[in-house]
Amino acid sequence: MDHEKIVPDIAHLGLGFEVLSVKQAYPDETRLEVPVAAFRESCLTLHRLFSSPVMMLFASDEIRTKGSFTLRAVFMDKGRGQWMVVSADVPQGEPCFDSLAKDMHSAILFEREIREMFGIEPKGHPDPRRLHLHNEVWPAGQFPLRKDFKPSPPANFGAYKFSRVEGEGIFEVPVGPVHAGIIGPGHFRFSVAGEPIVQLETRLGFTHRGVEKLFEGRDPAAGLALSERVCGDAAFGHSLAFASACEKILGARAPLQAAYVRGIYLELERLYNHVNDIGGMATDVSFSFPAALASVIKESIHVLNEKLTGSRYLKNANRIAGVASGISGPLKKELLRSLKILRRDFQELVTILNRSVSFMDRVDSTGTLKKKTAEDLGVVGLAGRASGVALDLRKFFPGAYQDVSFKMAMQASGDVLARFRVRVQEWECSCRMIEEFAEKLDGGPIGAAAPLKPGEGLGYAEAWRGPVLYWVQLSESGVIERCKIVDASFHNWPALTYAVLGNIIPDFPLCNKSFDLSYSGNDL
Amino acid sequence: MYYGMPLELKSDMSIFTTRLFKGIVTRNIKPSVSPALESCGKELKALIRKRFGRSLHLREVDTGSCGACESEIIAANNPIYDLQRFGISFVASPRHADALLVTGPVSKNMALALKRTYEAMPEPKFIITVGDCALDGGVFRGSYYVEGGVEKLLPVVLHVPGCPPSPLALIESLLGFLRRTP
Repeated sequence: MDHEKIVPDIAHLGLGFEVLSVKQAYPDETRLEVPVAAFRESCLTLHRLFSSPVMMLFASDEIRTKGSFTLRAVFMDKGRGQWMVVSADVPQGEPCFDSLAKDMHSAILFEREIREMFGIEPKGHPDPRRLHLHNEVWPAGQFPLRKDFKPSPPANFGAYKFSRVEGEGIFEVPVGPVHAGIIGPGHFRFSVAGEPIVQLETRLGFTHRGVEKLFEGRDPAAGLALSERVCGDAAFGHSLAFASACEKILGARAPLQAAYVRGIYLELERLYNHVNDIGGMATDVSFSFPAALASVIKESIHVLNEKLTGSRYLKNANRIAGVASGISGPLKKELLRSLKILRRDFQELVTILNRSVSFMDRVDSTGTLKKKTAEDLGVVGLAGRASGVALDLRKFFPGAYQDVSFKMAMQASGDVLARFRVRVQEWECSCRMIEEFAEKLDGGPIGAAAPLKPGEGLGYAEAWRGPVLYWVQLSESGVIERCKIVDASFHNWPALTYAVLGNIIPDFPLCNKSFDLSYSGNDL
Repeated sequence: MYYGMPLELKSDMSIFTTRLFKGIVTRNIKPSVSPALESCGKELKALIRKRFGRSLHLREVDTGSCGACESEIIAANNPIYDLQRFGISFVASPRHADALLVTGPVSKNMALALKRTYEAMPEPKFIITVGDCALDGGVFRGSYYVEGGVEKLLPVVLHVPGCPPSPLALIESLLGFLRRTP
């Protein structure tokens, strides 16, 4: 076995665990196969070695092909631009493994998900509750992601237990799932002592639609349409991650011109969401003039999106190994012209907010997420960068981004102001990169053939919230066997419950908006 | 189309000072996105005045949508479409609502919350579904965790198709509905 050559760092470790095989599956993906008894040890080793949270941790039902369940954990080796995938077979007769959760926070929710979806027990997991499948409607012993799953009538499985803070003067404030605004559903339970929040527990899963199961049995083209509807405001990010997973497996690369167009779309998605959030922050401090300006800027980007792709949300713009249409001639001119106006308007928006003492007073040192907390929880993406966690897939896995002047936006303070500033910096950078991408467009080919092939692979994209990861497995007949999705929101929701501590409930909307995590991307 | 109007600022002049000297310099957002908007809106306003006294109050409930429909409903309230000037407002509580605007394929976890929201509304009341998945589940139809459309649980009087429907489509659908109903 020459795994020392493939993973040089492992040689120095004097491996405390047994490795069955090491394989460089794709240029950016290394796979380690270990026995299930060594799964915990090997994951923790990679976790410490690469200082990487577990980016994905999931099971798949491979009983029909291999006679067992398979667990996979994905870590990131930023230094070498490699995804490390650890896999272990879990026998059908003994569906359990040693829990990672006590040593690695980022595994907690993943393991709860594995338990409820597959009935595989993470031994020693501190939290026995289910995650997406609510007790009120879902019976015991029903594991929807198993291949032999048959739905049964709904049944009550007992009450959900919230963790409680008790004592004199403690008030509990339950909020949701139906909120006052026009937003997604989620339940927040605050415990307050006087005004400050001493505990916040989120209960999500209200938009759980069984998306991962719906992918199964679809071909990649149909899967692409579904991936655009997983998380509506990151439709392009999700479709890009899904497409790149399929392209890896099929051995079909999108031409460079298509990669540039994808870069433009991905950055346009970032632009409209960032300006929306900045407007949302202004709304949450009741500063309505900049909020209105932000919504006009956002609307203009939607109109621009529609001109470029026919969809205000960049849906149906992506293809496996390409894009639906190029950007040339008058469209390119229109893009650059609009961008100029957008930049000027955005500059005005930022100037207004930066000069407003009351806005600054509300956002400065509000909702602080410390760097240590962020690292321990495995916070990724925009929220991570605002707390000093230097992680952006565009830097470490650049692809087409190596041809443009990308600069990672960073802040250290981790408060609402930091997340505001990261958005402002990223907006500037995204505008510049769109111009640079557009300069490189020469009307070359924007699609490639993608012959069907079985296999499995990891696709990824740095969407506006953070990394979106898709792990896709295609069968011999070219349909999806398993699709695991991880949106940045899944990593980041727990961070919100720490960021709000010590703040007052009236500041919660502001803290929440500064993260702006997705309900649908989290619940799947 | 983008209807921003450039503000010629001198670098040593603050935005607020500029406003003080120049008077109202907020952007001119006319002509609006589509000429259809103004004519639709005018008729919509007249119909709402006639049918509902003064205004139509809507409460939105997301039952598992991807968030794009919410985004478009919010966009309908931005200064360009500005639904409120036609007599439609979005309210924070079902107790204040004439109608419920429901998005999403109704996930099992949201079915009860949707029913309770509907029950909390005062009579007379009605439900409008927005977006393809609220009709019959859309791309999520057949999943183990969706009811597959609002109509399976509650009476629906109007469906606004689209994935997601644009703000203009929303306004046009509402207008068509009010024209049809006596």
